[in-house]
Amino acid sequence: MKLSEIQKGGCGKIIKINSDSILKSRFSSFGITRGATVYIIQQTMSKNTIEIRVKNTSIALRISEAELIEVEQIQCEI
Amino acid sequence: MRNIKDKRLIKIALVGQPNVGKSMLVNSISNSKLKVGNFSGVTVEKTQIEFEYKDYLFKITDLPGSYALNEYTIEEKVTKNYLEEANYDIILNVIDSTNLERNLYLTSELLVLDKKMVIALNMTDEAKKEGIEIDANQLSKIIGKPCVKTSAKEKSGISELIETLVNKYESQKFNTKLIFSDVIEEEIENIIKLFVDKRYLSDVHYREIAIKLLKEDKKTFLKFHDEPIWIELQPTLTEAFEHIYLHFGTKNLDDIFEDEKFAFAKGAVTETVKSKKLPEEKSITDKIDNILINKFVGLPIFLFLMWGLFQLTFELGNIPMDLIDAFFASLIDKTKEVFGNNELSSLIGDGVIAGVGAVILFLPNIVILFLGIALLETTGYMSRVAFLLDGFFHKFGLHGKSFIPLVTGFGCSVPAYMAARTLKNDRDRLLTLFIIGFMSCGARLPIYVLFTGAFFAGDNAGNILFLIYIAGALLGLIAAKVLKITVFKSEDEPFVMEMPKYRRPSSKLIWHTVSNQALMYLKKAGTYILAASVLIWFASNYPKHLEYEELMNVKIEKANSEEQRYELKSQIVLYNLENSYLGKIGKFSQPLFEPLGFDWKMTVALETGLAAKEIVVSTLGILYGLGDELDESSESLIEKIRNNIPFASAMAFIVFVMIYLPCLAASMVFAREAGGWKYLAYLFIFTTTTAWVLSFITYNAVVFLV
Repeated sequence: MKLSEIQKGGCGKIIKINSDSILKSRFSSFGITRGATVYIIQQTMSKNTIEIRVKNTSIALRISEAELIEVEQIQCEI
Repeated sequence: MRNIKDKRLIKIALVGQPNVGKSMLVNSISNSKLKVGNFSGVTVEKTQIEFEYKDYLFKITDLPGSYALNEYTIEEKVTKNYLEEANYDIILNVIDSTNLERNLYLTSELLVLDKKMVIALNMTDEAKKEGIEIDANQLSKIIGKPCVKTSAKEKSGISELIETLVNKYESQKFNTKLIFSDVIEEEIENIIKLFVDKRYLSDVHYREIAIKLLKEDKKTFLKFHDEPIWIELQPTLTEAFEHIYLHFGTKNLDDIFEDEKFAFAKGAVTETVKSKKLPEEKSITDKIDNILINKFVGLPIFLFLMWGLFQLTFELGNIPMDLIDAFFASLIDKTKEVFGNNELSSLIGDGVIAGVGAVILFLPNIVILFLGIALLETTGYMSRVAFLLDGFFHKFGLHGKSFIPLVTGFGCSVPAYMAARTLKNDRDRLLTLFIIGFMSCGARLPIYVLFTGAFFAGDNAGNILFLIYIAGALLGLIAAKVLKITVFKSEDEPFVMEMPKYRRPSSKLIWHTVSNQALMYLKKAGTYILAASVLIWFASNYPKHLEYEELMNVKIEKANSEEQRYELKSQIVLYNLENSYLGKIGKFSQPLFEPLGFDWKMTVALETGLAAKEIVVSTLGILYGLGDELDESSESLIEKIRNNIPFASAMAFIVFVMIYLPCLAASMVFAREAGGWKYLAYLFIFTTTTAWVLSFITYNAVVFLV
């Protein structure tokens, strides 16, 4: 399942990041790494952009970037 | 007391991720003036701060906020290059205590540099509120560098931090303790052993070279490629890589070292951080975000705030304007009384005071606008807006992050051009640079205020002003789309951006930012615009046509009625103006602007506006003000504009001003940021053509409709 498919309020655990190494290291400098838990906090009306939280950091992502992140949906409370 | 020369110089490189309160920390250390913002990448320029402490002279270089040293953005490149190549004594790594793990990621990269380092655990006050407690002593032991708890906001831990820096400076440097997993450590040892055996000469630490080689650092490989040791190094490295690949089950070295960095950060956090689970309660930031970036009301709220800002700029700014206007008018009268009616009094009154006064007149508007933008920046709201607008911007080929330079462009194009550095992709950055000019900068505000004030009723003027800004912005978006399709075809830059916590802006920082900008505006008025005013006064008063004046004076004496005399006097003034240097320039180039309905005075004003937009108003002031002594009542500049310029021409003039080049200073910065003078030439052609065409359409449309 892709991160882009999780709805607002849901969360997932990152299994794999399918991007080039430049974007991957960008992701990891924000704490978006394999094994991290991601909460979907907010979506824009057009669903083009989402806000996620990873390790106490809020990050804005475009949906096309969220598609590169593979997650497994887990139960969690925000 | 010792002289500064006797003091020992400590050079410090200040490094930290964005939004960790780096600039604010420096501000509370040395009381220096620095622009500080809550948005990723406000500190784009390398800023230096100097201050004295006991027997030491501190020289702190505030490096641009970087999430990592991986050259993702230009700012990170600047930081990385500085850290690797510049000459400094100590790295001061500022860390956000509420976000230790992510911040330690950067720290782990800094440790590889193997320099003296001190860590400031900043924002302890916020961490305490969130129930996070860090064992600074334990962390110091793990990292092998002293860690000091600080809070820039509450000014705690500052003196301790300075003492630590001094101690660090005076003490011997230890070997850096960044430890990798056993597998990698073993290979590092092997490589170091080869260097030791070969007695390889290097001013860089063997360990550092070994790590760089294992990370496949291009520069290091390039260097070794031409050296004899390469032959023996190669097999060692090949073997090392094989071992590592086998152990990690992947050949991607980046992934491997990424994992290593995180293992380090995670390990350090588990051993030092006690996080008390506070009762489940939504943070203030979450609560505010629920409203401000709500998918339904988020955008309307943003538009309303922007509209409010422009209304405020106009309505509130107008109150002191009348006073300032009256003050300068009486000043001009006084000058003429004191010096009599001669060349000197005309130079001072009509040239200097009228020119500079016209600029100072708009100071209140500018201060309000800058205050608004500074507030948006420092509270953290700006990144929310980028979040809201990215989808929309993306359609025009722009990036959500382009929003920051573009909004800064409403204040002044110069910092806006520099703010574009946050964009990673060169083409995206160039595209943003090209359309920043469409966002009307503060210096154009006086022209708009003057023209809207002259042609629209008071209630409407604020709305029209808002409309001008919105129209400029929309034009910019359309221009972006056109440029993206035709010139800047490229892959889209990924949009990954931190949304910092909302912070109450410190009044001191806001004060510094706004007063700095106001001062800069005034400084421009005092130097640039003063000189330009004198030049324009000279060009509009010379050469003198004494023969013609004598001829006319004879006629005036012979004239019968008062009316005839007035008529003749007007003819002199008009003749002098039209035959002055300025008149000649204006008339020479006027055919170019004829189709837009501009007279030669407006043409000249536009041309002088290439130097700075404020000069347009002072030029108009001088050109339309010269006939002053003829009139019984001294009209205000607004009235003169209303009486002398047709409505259609005025609208076309506003459109032209909206689009063409901002000013000389901005043009210089643009050329520097875009990477060449040829881009400035492109920009000049692009904006001037667009301005001319749209202005032409506006003029004809208004003539047709009205």
